[in-house]
Amino acid sequence: MEVLQLLIGGIATGCIYGLVALGFVLIYKATEGVNFAQGDMMMFGAFLALGFVNSGHMGLPFLPGVLLAAIVMGGVGYGIDRVVVRQLFGQPQFSLVILTIALGFVLRFVAGTIWGYTPVVLETPYSGRSLSLGGVIIGYEDIITILVTGVLTLLLWAFFAKTRLGLAAQAASQNQMAAYIVGVPVQRLNSIIWGLSGAVATIAGVLYASKGAIDPNIGLLGIKAFAAAVIGGFGSLPGALLGGILIGVVEPLAARYLPSGISQMSPYVIMLVVLVTRPNGLFSQIQAKKV
Amino acid sequence: MSVLEVRNVEAFYGAIMALRGVTLDVEEGEIVTILGANGAGKTTLMKTVSGLMDPEKGQITFDGKRIDHTDPDRIVRMGLAHVPEGREVFPYLTVEENLRMGAYARKGRDFSDDIELCYGYFPILKERRNQPAGTLSGGQQQMLAIGRGLMARPRLMLLDEPSLGLSPLLTQEIFGIIKRLNAEQGVTMLLVEQNAHVALATAHKGFVLEMGRIVMAGSSEMLRNSPDIQEFYLGRKEESQRGQKRWKRRKTWR
Repeated sequence: MEVLQLLIGGIATGCIYGLVALGFVLIYKATEGVNFAQGDMMMFGAFLALGFVNSGHMGLPFLPGVLLAAIVMGGVGYGIDRVVVRQLFGQPQFSLVILTIALGFVLRFVAGTIWGYTPVVLETPYSGRSLSLGGVIIGYEDIITILVTGVLTLLLWAFFAKTRLGLAAQAASQNQMAAYIVGVPVQRLNSIIWGLSGAVATIAGVLYASKGAIDPNIGLLGIKAFAAAVIGGFGSLPGALLGGILIGVVEPLAARYLPSGISQMSPYVIMLVVLVTRPNGLFSQIQAKKV
Repeated sequence: MSVLEVRNVEAFYGAIMALRGVTLDVEEGEIVTILGANGAGKTTLMKTVSGLMDPEKGQITFDGKRIDHTDPDRIVRMGLAHVPEGREVFPYLTVEENLRMGAYARKGRDFSDDIELCYGYFPILKERRNQPAGTLSGGQQQMLAIGRGLMARPRLMLLDEPSLGLSPLLTQEIFGIIKRLNAEQGVTMLLVEQNAHVALATAHKGFVLEMGRIVMAGSSEMLRNSPDIQEFYLGRKEESQRGQKRWKRRKTWR
């Protein structure tokens, strides 16, 4: 029973890691660059939602407020790429790493200036309530997290598999040059992907915020999500999600049954083990080019 | 009127000058080939025309409109398709999705007629329509790349080394299809090729590019008969009066 309890909580937490990891992978696949501000984008999205929803702020109804936050954050993501990241088009990878780390700091301080550094709680209609199923107590927020992640995954899958723009995004991630010459506006597409990953980060942030208080430093969760993306193979969307769930499940189990401290290490231990045994990640999509 | 006019184009890779003032014309309905050794600047010229690279100096005009310093996605929309060197298909998309991506620049959604047309020229692609393009053989990928270029319904098609890595037999086949596309669909072709034999047999006229400059131009007939081309590109050996090969023959255009 106890294991089951930990498992469900772990899956819910893992879904959040997975969604942030998904943001990493989206941007990596489209632009071949890693956005180290992904965690901070999640934090910023959560605060935007808090600003729209909480009664002390704008006091909008919950669902429209969250959607509005996701849309605004999508715009912020699009804008970051359009205004800042695009300037680095064609520069070495390393400059993008520095840039996005700095962007993370900027987002953190902007959030701190607007909403303060003391932890605050997002008012949700479901937090704190729970369901008892045969001895296992499941919080509403856990159920909602898992459901929302599932729906969001399906939506993203439908976007990439079924829409013209999604197909173009896949094509651009597989061969940017070829996408360019068949007429895909690659740079605009990159901005759209940044926007999409900002919106996904916002949803992740709201789900995270419904499990407890948030402050401008929760973006550091991005490091764990990065580990999740690496475990999943860094080029695979389902891999990122499953990598996140794996970390989310192992953490509470390690905290319960292993000596203290192991739990905090566990994401990175798993990442190391995966990198040593399967360097391409668990769900890699690597294929040699034919000549 | 020329479909494509290239005037004094200079292009650089960093500090290295790859094109040193190239001027050439492509007339409507022609197949024009560009011959040249490795590193002569052939691929650079193709990339500069299709917009993947920007020229430092000079002008490129397509259909009377300037296209230098224009993004490649805009240039495809004007009717200029680039079939790049080394095929460059989308490896995880299926054959049919690859073809559909080729029509991305065009308006409308139903391209089944065009896809059927491609399958008409390359029947093997129809058999493999639901297979990821990365699992095709090299020759099939080349066919797919040409088919993808065709899907844009281009007026001018840039073909960069379509014979790269293909067997002589397959090369013959691909060039036969290129010729048919030109005759039946009226697509003007600018063709870069290492294999001068087959290129000159296919093209109407040709240019010789060396060290980033056009050093020779003329009809295929004339180029085929030129002693320089025969020795340096077609590999025909001349015997000297003493019955030995002359090692130090100089190119007459230098």
